Amino acid sequence: MMKRLLTLLVALLLAGPVLAQSGPLRLTITDGVIEPITFAVPSFEAESPAAQQAASDISRLVVQDLAGTGLFREVPSTAFISQVSSFAQPVAFPDWRAINAQALIVGAVTVSGEQLVVKFRLYDVFSGQELGQGLQFAGTVAGWRRMGHKVADAVYSRITGEGGYFDSRVVFVSESGPKDNRQKRLAIMDFDGANVQFLTDSSSIVLAPRFSPNGDRVLYTSFESGFPRINVLNVANVGRQQLQTAAGEMAFSPRFSRDGRQVIYSLSNGGNTDIYRTDLASGQHLRLTQTPSIETAPSLSPDGSQIVFESDRSGTQQLYVMSANGGEARRISFGDGRYGSPVWSPRGDLVAFTKQNAGRFHIGVMRVDGSEERLLTSSFLDEGPSWSPNGRVIMFTRETQGAGGTSSLYSVDISGRNLKAVPLQGGASDPSWGPLQP
Amino acid sequence: MTLLSKTAVMLLVLATAACTNPDRFGGGAGGAGGADSAGLNGGVAGSASDPSSPLFFNQTIGDRVLFAVDTSTITPEGRTILDGQAQWLMTNADYRAVVEGHADEQGTREYNLALGQRRANAVREYLVSRGVPASRLQVTSYGKERPIQVCSNESCYAQNRRAVTVLSFSAITS
Repeated sequence: MMKRLLTLLVALLLAGPVLAQSGPLRLTITDGVIEPITFAVPSFEAESPAAQQAASDISRLVVQDLAGTGLFREVPSTAFISQVSSFAQPVAFPDWRAINAQALIVGAVTVSGEQLVVKFRLYDVFSGQELGQGLQFAGTVAGWRRMGHKVADAVYSRITGEGGYFDSRVVFVSESGPKDNRQKRLAIMDFDGANVQFLTDSSSIVLAPRFSPNGDRVLYTSFESGFPRINVLNVANVGRQQLQTAAGEMAFSPRFSRDGRQVIYSLSNGGNTDIYRTDLASGQHLRLTQTPSIETAPSLSPDGSQIVFESDRSGTQQLYVMSANGGEARRISFGDGRYGSPVWSPRGDLVAFTKQNAGRFHIGVMRVDGSEERLLTSSFLDEGPSWSPNGRVIMFTRETQGAGGTSSLYSVDISGRNLKAVPLQGGASDPSWGPLQP
Repeated sequence: MTLLSKTAVMLLVLATAACTNPDRFGGGAGGAGGADSAGLNGGVAGSASDPSSPLFFNQTIGDRVLFAVDTSTITPEGRTILDGQAQWLMTNADYRAVVEGHADEQGTREYNLALGQRRANAVREYLVSRGVPASRLQVTSYGKERPIQVCSNESCYAQNRRAVTVLSFSAITS
């Protein structure tokens, strides 16, 4: 009796305004205040003794992924009335309703040799229905994190109606050493900071890596020759070669086109920096801007028809949009301060940017016509936004001030909520968020 | 000065450069490998008073000019230094130079690279206007990647907004 009362009390405490939920389990992500969806993940069933560890690790990772979005809130297992000992067992919905878990995720893991299979079901507790069908993913024991991320992506996607972003990787610059002799090397990690691998050594400065749309290659700027040049790196075998750009003293700030066949970048000559495009197959170059000012940081729209970039043609750094073939550009930033490093969102609706104003740096977003500007962060130095594959989260560099200043990666929802550091050893900058993995 | 001692001086220049900027000569420059040979310093250090030595260029004339926030305009003080650099380069025709532009940390990475290029180019143009053959001058930019002062206020920023004329010996780089 005491236990029942306690459980009820816990349920009431957890409940909030969603207790009276009716209708299907669905979270529409808007910019307004979001009441997180409550969910329960009983530890996944280990279908063989060898699967014990993986089952426990994967269920914890699913919780971490979902709760980490700020859109979902875990109902802790201490509150559970029912235990789920078998994947096949019918769900006792009243027990989950009583603790106000709106979503229930049950799963099972099988390990045979190096092979790992995870299956799961997602239940809408209040309607007593399964949401979508049971699904399974096969991978390796060593790759268990990917399997957990895939389950979490499927759950996220079913409840929000949008693509997930957990089974994705980020390429970035790993930093070490003092501020006046910083060592930089390219590295790649899972979106949550796990599985860091280095792609280059630190023998020369490397900057601003950019994933290709399918994640097979990375463009970055290297000082190997003493002059900034663009390299293309093959992620699978870490082979790299210099991009044959148009003739110039410096080439930097590259990005792939959405089909991965072209590169847009900046080229500097005689103190003037303009934007160029190079076709990888034909080697043909096209100059897209013709002004004596600095034009840099180009980023293509998802449909490939337009480019957003920064220019100081007005006297200070501002954002402009032009056709992907160049020509006249229209300014889209008009607020106080300076705007740089614009990135078109994968959904096409927003541009993320770095804003510098009154001694502070901000990451912000605006609509592609420049309206509805919103600043999401503020610090001594925030810069270089990169979009999650679903266009809901932005990762960026935050640098602290002073002689001991260091760089770290942070992420923030485009709502401005859920600001957090990516857990990494050592300094890190210039994240480029890759696609969801197949 | 014999070729040998000139090479020794060059190695010293490289060694000095390597301390503040390991990327300066990249992997390609022939002399960089000897940068750790500390024994070379001895007899050469005194040559800051030798008007034909790189040390004289670096220390007595001054190898760098500074810029105001977000500008690439050469200041009157900068012109005096660059007049000295131009004269030295014309007298010592065996040397070439790479002008390296830099910016302070208050700016985005890409913009600062472009701004540094603008500064380096302003120096090159000035030196050329004073008679230095353009073929002996290259420009590059490190943006905000290589500050020489690490604090986050104007006293450091002012030193970091610079263009440095880095000598190289023609026989090595060409």
